[in-house]
Amino acid sequence: MENLTYKISNGVLRLDISGDYKNKNLPEVFLAQIKSPEIKRIEIDAKDLNSWDSSLLVMLLDIYHKATALNIKFDGKNFPNGVQKLIELSLAVKPQQEPPLPAKQSFLDCFGDFGLHIFHTFMKGAKFALSNLRTFFWAPVFKPVSRTVDFWFAFQECGPKALPIVLLISFMVGLILAFVGAIQLQIFGAQVYVASLVTIGMTRIIGAIMVGIIMAGRTGASFAATIGTMQVNEEIDALKTMGVKTEEFLIFPRLKALVISMPILTMFADFAGILGGAAVGILALDIPSSEYFRYAYKAWHLRHFLVGIFHALVFGFIIALSGCYFGVNCGRDADSVGTSTTKSVVYGIVWMIIATGLITFCLQRMHI
Amino acid sequence: MENVIQAKNLTIGYGPKVLLRNADFAVKEGDIFIIMGGSGCGKSSLLKVLTGLIPPLQGSFDLLGVDFNRASSEQKSLLRQKTGILYQSGALFSSMTLAENIAMPLEQYSAYSPSTIDELVRLKLSLVGLSGYENYYPSEISGGMKKRAGLARALALDPKVVYFDEPSAGLDPVSSARLDDLMLEINANLGTTLVVVTHELQSIFNIGNNSIYLDAATKTITGSGSPKDLLKNPPNERIAQFLTRGKEK
Repeated sequence: MENLTYKISNGVLRLDISGDYKNKNLPEVFLAQIKSPEIKRIEIDAKDLNSWDSSLLVMLLDIYHKATALNIKFDGKNFPNGVQKLIELSLAVKPQQEPPLPAKQSFLDCFGDFGLHIFHTFMKGAKFALSNLRTFFWAPVFKPVSRTVDFWFAFQECGPKALPIVLLISFMVGLILAFVGAIQLQIFGAQVYVASLVTIGMTRIIGAIMVGIIMAGRTGASFAATIGTMQVNEEIDALKTMGVKTEEFLIFPRLKALVISMPILTMFADFAGILGGAAVGILALDIPSSEYFRYAYKAWHLRHFLVGIFHALVFGFIIALSGCYFGVNCGRDADSVGTSTTKSVVYGIVWMIIATGLITFCLQRMHI
Repeated sequence: MENVIQAKNLTIGYGPKVLLRNADFAVKEGDIFIIMGGSGCGKSSLLKVLTGLIPPLQGSFDLLGVDFNRASSEQKSLLRQKTGILYQSGALFSSMTLAENIAMPLEQYSAYSPSTIDELVRLKLSLVGLSGYENYYPSEISGGMKKRAGLARALALDPKVVYFDEPSAGLDPVSSARLDDLMLEINANLGTTLVVVTHELQSIFNIGNNSIYLDAATKTITGSGSPKDLLKNPPNERIAQFLTRGKEK
């Protein structure tokens, strides 16, 4: 059954709505008539309307808005009470004016803005790092306000609890390093030097880097998520209004725990990596175990070991500061906690690699 | 009575977005001062300014006679010890028991011995009806209990002013009424000035003896005085509608 009939006479567009008006699309043919220049007035009569749903309201509002835009008089009659009320309700509040779009920027402006953004972000991060490093190094003099239990809890998380995964990954890395090295060394019949390769590689840098990557994903992310959730729950606001410094209460125990545990974990990682290399050397390359360990011992040097430990210390600072920075600067919703956690890991690893490059360059210049 | 808070030409907002312009108001000692207004009018932001979490865009405010924004960090630390705040969620530290939460400001700012602090914690918890919950973690108690525990922490240092951010939010009517009663008791018996951000009408009329109304449309304070007086003689239609839940036309 047709629900809409219309006719035009003397500049009046008359629309009769009848029957059941439900689940209807907009009557495009009728709506096109409104734009006709002869139309001066629209009359809508719904006296024969039985039932209706929101599609009727959509149509009526569309007609109303079009008529208003074209300065055409709109006259509705015999609307059911509910329809009249809902139309009034939807017209009661003027739509929010959308803010004007910002003027299109030139490439140079965009580039400049991007540069400034990077600069400000870098400065903010540097300020945060310096403030926390000051708290850390002056801790013996100005006792920071923090709870010992928080330190032990953080230490347990980034020390003993992280050890199994560190041992497993380092063992596997030592194993891979030995296999890869053996392929080349076998060409010269020098596979016994696999022991030297693995020992120097693991102790000097690879052990520290593997521990750093594991701890960035495990502990750095956990710091960011914990502190970020505290931000969401207004716990950090509560600390600030109590006059407690977040860098002392939240960051100092975590920083201390990670900086202490990183070198210890690295020592274990070095050992596990050498054992991984030994597994390949002894079982796959048929090097006698005494021979393998003799070469490993000869290759082990305190200098390499200390370089690895120094890397681990630096990585400890970077990972803890990255996790805490993104936690403290987290937004106030659940999504922000996820973003902060991801950023803490990504930036932690990026800065670790940058630091490794710088340290390696400096050590090379110093012939260490 | 002295003014504990005196706002002078205070403009607040975030960057270019202004939420409240040129606000002048005073909170007298012993007041239960209500900051009310519709959603998005800047009530919670005003509270953040008053608690020093964000700086005002313009103007200043005196807290206990000291210009807060010009105060040195030592002065600010002292002022913060004289204020407490109850957040919407309670903002209890989730890794600490209720006792540890309340003991924290005491350990930091007072010279009390550990045994005295334990007793003080028990006292504060009993004041808010949570006696015996010392070793519970925030996750183990209900929303209403969290708010009361948060209030106990806010009261730990016997502050002169306690701020409340939407204290009734998320509470059932009975818990909300109990919290109102508790606030009245604290105000009457400890003489603490309470500054309450809320839009709960029942709470506003139950506890408030002074108030300001923040208007989101004009971004100004359009009414001040006792909530009951504002209901009797509303200065404008928006306040009349707000205080009658939109029934007044």
